[in-house]
Amino acid sequence: MAAAEAAGGSPGTGSQPAAQRRLRILSGHLRGSPASRAPEAAQLLSLSRCGARGAAERPVPGSIPKKRQEILKWNGWGYNDSKFIFNKKGQAEFTGKRYRLSGMVLPVLKEWMEKTLGASLEHRIICRTSLNSSDVPPSIVNEEFLQDLRATEISYSQDAEDRVFRAHGHCLHEIFVLREGMFKRVPDIVVWPDCHEDVVKIVELACKHNLCIIPFGGGTSVSSALECPADERRTIVSLDTSQMNRILWIDERNLTAHIEAGIIGQDLEKQLGESGYCTGHEPDSMEFSSLGGWVATRASGMKKNIYGNIEDLVVHIKMVTPRGVIEKSCQVPRMSTGPDIHHFIMGSEGILGVVTEVTIKIRPIPEYQKYGSVVFSNFERGVACLREIAKQRCAPASIRLVDNAQFQFGHALKPQVASIFTSFLDGLKKFYITKFKGFDPNELCVATLLFEGDREKVLQHEKQVYDIAAKFGGLAAGEDNGQRGYMLTFVIAYLRDLGLDYYLIGESFETSVPWDRVLDLCRNVKERIVRECKEKGVQFAPFSTCRVTQTYDAGACVYFYFAFNYRGISDPIHVYEQIEIAAREEILANGGSLSHHHGVGKLRKQWMKESISDVGLGMLKSVKEYVDPNNIFGNRNLL
Amino acid sequence: MAAAGRSRLGAPMYSKELTSKKRDEFEDILEERRQSSDLRYAMKCYTPVIYKGLPPCKPSAIKNSVLHSEQVQYVIKQLSKETGESADIIQEEATEILDEMGHNLHIGAIRFFAFSLSKIFKRLFQRVCVNEEGIQKLQQAIQEHPVVLLPSHRSYIDFLMLSYLLYTYDLSLPVIAAGMDFLGMKIVGELLRRSGAFFMRRTFGGNRLYWAVFAEYVKTMLRNGYAPIEFFLEGTRSRTAKTLTPKFGLLSIVMEPFFKGEVFDTYLVPISISYERILEESLYAYELLGVPKPKESTSGLLKARKILSDNFGSIHVYFGQPVSLRTLASGRINRCPYNLVPRHLPQRLSEDIQEFVIDVAYRMELLQIENLVLSPWILVASILLQNLPAIDFELLVEKTLWLKGLTQAFGGFLEWPENLCANKAVTSSLAPHSNIVSLVNGQVVLNDKGTKDVTTEELIFKQALSILMCGAYRNQLLNVFVRPSLVAVALQMMQSFRKEEIYNYFNFLRDIFSDEFIFFPGIALKDFEEGCFLLTKCDVIQMTPQEILVTEKGSSVASFLAAMFRPFMEGYQIICRYLSKETKEAFTEKQFIPGIRNFAFQLLETGSTQCYEVLSSDLQKNALAAFVRLDVVKKVKITNGFTYTVNKEALSKTAEMLHSPVPIRKPMTARL
Ligand SMILES: Cc1cc2nc3c(=O)[nH]c(=O)nc-3n(C[C@H](O)[C@H](O)[C@H](O)COP(=O)(O)OP(=O)(O)OC[C@H]3O[C@@H](n4cnc5c(N)ncnc54)[C@H](O)[C@@H]3O)c2cc1C
Repeated sequence: MAAAEAAGGSPGTGSQPAAQRRLRILSGHLRGSPASRAPEAAQLLSLSRCGARGAAERPVPGSIPKKRQEILKWNGWGYNDSKFIFNKKGQAEFTGKRYRLSGMVLPVLKEWMEKTLGASLEHRIICRTSLNSSDVPPSIVNEEFLQDLRATEISYSQDAEDRVFRAHGHCLHEIFVLREGMFKRVPDIVVWPDCHEDVVKIVELACKHNLCIIPFGGGTSVSSALECPADERRTIVSLDTSQMNRILWIDERNLTAHIEAGIIGQDLEKQLGESGYCTGHEPDSMEFSSLGGWVATRASGMKKNIYGNIEDLVVHIKMVTPRGVIEKSCQVPRMSTGPDIHHFIMGSEGILGVVTEVTIKIRPIPEYQKYGSVVFSNFERGVACLREIAKQRCAPASIRLVDNAQFQFGHALKPQVASIFTSFLDGLKKFYITKFKGFDPNELCVATLLFEGDREKVLQHEKQVYDIAAKFGGLAAGEDNGQRGYMLTFVIAYLRDLGLDYYLIGESFETSVPWDRVLDLCRNVKERIVRECKEKGVQFAPFSTCRVTQTYDAGACVYFYFAFNYRGISDPIHVYEQIEIAAREEILANGGSLSHHHGVGKLRKQWMKESISDVGLGMLKSVKEYVDPNNIFGNRNLL
Repeated sequence: MAAAGRSRLGAPMYSKELTSKKRDEFEDILEERRQSSDLRYAMKCYTPVIYKGLPPCKPSAIKNSVLHSEQVQYVIKQLSKETGESADIIQEEATEILDEMGHNLHIGAIRFFAFSLSKIFKRLFQRVCVNEEGIQKLQQAIQEHPVVLLPSHRSYIDFLMLSYLLYTYDLSLPVIAAGMDFLGMKIVGELLRRSGAFFMRRTFGGNRLYWAVFAEYVKTMLRNGYAPIEFFLEGTRSRTAKTLTPKFGLLSIVMEPFFKGEVFDTYLVPISISYERILEESLYAYELLGVPKPKESTSGLLKARKILSDNFGSIHVYFGQPVSLRTLASGRINRCPYNLVPRHLPQRLSEDIQEFVIDVAYRMELLQIENLVLSPWILVASILLQNLPAIDFELLVEKTLWLKGLTQAFGGFLEWPENLCANKAVTSSLAPHSNIVSLVNGQVVLNDKGTKDVTTEELIFKQALSILMCGAYRNQLLNVFVRPSLVAVALQMMQSFRKEEIYNYFNFLRDIFSDEFIFFPGIALKDFEEGCFLLTKCDVIQMTPQEILVTEKGSSVASFLAAMFRPFMEGYQIICRYLSKETKEAFTEKQFIPGIRNFAFQLLETGSTQCYEVLSSDLQKNALAAFVRLDVVKKVKITNGFTYTVNKEALSKTAEMLHSPVPIRKPMTARL
């Protein structure tokens, strides 16, 4: 029965009893529901469609429903119920109940926005509150394909909202289009395969009818990877993997789990947790991004120091391509069989096929977690300390160093009450900074730490790290500050939507860079942004800040935030894009990479050749040509 | 001055493209010094603005960080491996080099200098004029990015004056890369060092350790923005007052931190320092004639005290607009190749970068030239040299006024005393130069003070001396006049109107004289067009699509312009003759210089030439270099130096070109 449930293509509100659901569907059918509903009823009858499932499989509904619009914003980040607003008193507030910051008032945020970005509450943009279906490009799907599709009994939709929801990721320009215009091209149809076999069928049909497929995982892409090429004339099929979200089996002897690729991060960890395990892969987008998406973009998680990045975690991948299914014949820790085919799949950004199932390493949930933080007198010392920690290979699960501007920004998000959020500066400034060390509040910076493991070892590890920090003048600044830092990363994404209401646009971007160039790169890129803004006529100094978010033996990952006030600029997105391009060129000129983990998509394609050389690009192209000669996976990323 | 190049990125802007050349006003800084206490001035509160609020750093700390830098340590290890010498000993050596070189900033020394230079400058000069707007821009620049000061180099006064000015305006004293021969001057050397100067050997002679220490020292200063770096693109003081072709070594060192991303940007500030009368003028003339110059020793400088009673007129210092290296490099230089090698490893410059460095060097020199102030005396000297041995005063005034107009039309930066009538202006311009000219019976005469009964040889020598001294002033006009003048020379030599032929000959001249005058590389056509444009503007020529015609009233201008460059044409002709007649075997430069000198002496003795300037070793060396460049002479490396052999065939062709060229009807390479 469990299998049957799952096979039914469970709608988001999966907790309903199956019978009730069936009733609803049937009644919908009677009322003359859209074509997409019909197959669902049919599916109920063919229980064996995705039958070949392992024992560990349980039908757990995903946290995000099939109808994403039910709980997610259509024109911004995250859940509908969670957002920053200015309340009647003119104070910033974060709504909802989901996050620790939810329901809290942030009294200094307004002032920060005014001071740092020149924003003003009087200058507010009122944008439309809902999507107007008539603005959406019509769905053009030929009838023969639809017939074939119905025959497969795979769920699909041609609804405008469904299609628009899958027409974008979360780049600034995409959100801007949602708020103020409409995409030139959106998928014509959304399909929801339930399992690997469904995907095989869809790909076959796409080949047969010459359609374009764009795989869709969690929709958190920040590289324009999900955007439909405006000039694509074929029918575009958005292949939403969200219903392939089961853990098929867990192998405790080898500490691996075999999982369908559509599962999203929060569900994966929740479900594994029930068995006492975790993957430890925690990208900041883990609430929404999917396992398949991680593989397709070469994602990196916050705790990679213990668990590794996606390429370290993956043991086996199954991918459906127009040529057929690609996978290895065994599930081994390493093999020497020529270039690793996994490395063609990881980072393929949906241009080769659909990742359907992944075997991933799992770990017992750590016994003990401890946050921490260290204050340094300036960014240089902080970087030197991180370098030393990396050298001694004793980095905690996560270690991040924010520059002074970001430190102050963190301060701006201080809520009115709540112990953990007690002002960092208030306490610290009085205590350490002014009295003891004479740190300059406009220079100092903070590293946040997260330790994991068994208690003993964590405490030992902690001491080791703090001892190293002390050599660089770093002062321990408490657990709360650390924890707060990590929590903020989940809500920061919501902040952009607030900014957009007040003429503030912002974005983040990242790179990886050798240790010796970290400082130069950070300084030069920030300066470049400031300079470009000035040259492009931006009237207020931009917010341009960075943090070192990952450490490696040979270098670090650096993450930039950049925002500015575009009042007085007629084409802010164009200006923004020019500045982002300039910043990326500065990164490349300073020895940084095109991307550490966001990927290339269409946003950074122009630099691929210089990044991986002519021959390198040619190699990738020839793989693409062999695997997908008719460009069925035509999202035009990467190449 | 955001310059967008046409034919080559970063090429200079010429008058054709400029709507107006606006220059700043000057302020005389000595005026205040004459009115208030020098002592108080020297003791004033001195708190220069600094780069990004950087805290001051002790010279010893800088030295230490240079010594322990990866760059220097790498070379030490490398040398130790190669020579078998222990790294400690090489490290010792490096320390010594640093001590010898390292600057040492002492406020006491600075104050001492401020005091004594005030006294000295007031004695020597009537006015020291500075464009204060330029100073303001510099002050701004110092706070934004590391700054490199690139002054013209005519005199030892140059860097004393610059430091003095920066002190006066409360700006950080520059760290100067100056010639090693200063170290010989014990007291002054030490004082200089204590006020910021540091020293480099004039030649590194392949000493890698020295080079590494030196380069790292410069870069450390720059990267951290401790102080502006100052050096002379020309490498040495120009003995002829003509801008010397640039040297590239130091420039490429100061650019490196930008290429490697160690700094966001670097400002290059061209500075033009012009002297109404150059302190070393007679020393230079002697030197050019082959009389060895006295070593710069303290006693030499003390003897120079007698010059303190002399009148050296005014000095003009023009601080040019700071030029952003980033802007120059943008769209032209790909910095990514630097990503593939650790930054501390010495790396050969790529061809792109080399070409870029060369272009920037020329560009900076052209900016210097643009803002060098021309005094009336320079016009007088130019006219006098075409009217030897004497010219009627009235006529001189008339011609000077005429030349004034022409100079301004050509974009020269003339400082003309507007409050004086023309007669007075000319008379007063003669005053500081009474050592070479005098006004006798309504005639202006070049040096008639010689004793009567001397040998012809001595006479020639004396005559040459004053012509070279006078020439040093005319020379200051040449780089402003060179483009139209070479067109005029070409018109005269070719006896043709065909534009194509004129251009080809212009191109030949531009090539052969590219060590004499400053031409931005690779833009011959643009130079030609600029020359034609200026001549057309002054009604000297008229252009049709195919032809260039000299106008009736323009012919006298054209011949004046051609005559101005006559000494070079004739000098090179004579050297050609010497090479074809007198050199049989391979020769060295040491043989060449006395050889050509004797040859020229004979010609002058017999009166078969009047071209005294061929005696100038500067011209001789430039010609030799030009002939090597044009493959007329082959230069071969031997164990200790070079030898030269003549390619007779090429030589006779070049000689013919210089003498009486036959029109070259090459197919047109460039569209005119
Ligand atoms: C706020 C925020 C924080 C983020 N933090 C991180 C972070 O910490 N670390 C990190 O690495 N990234 C991060 N990202 C980027 C993004 O979350 C990752 O790129 C993520 O891996 C994308 O997964 P997704 O499931 O959302 O994929 P989508 O956005 O749906 O798709 C991304 C690309 O992968 C393709 N694709 C998706 N699923 C499949 C599949 N099953 N088979 C084949 N191709 C597929 C799509 O076609 C598309 O080209 C963040 C993004 C945001 C907005």
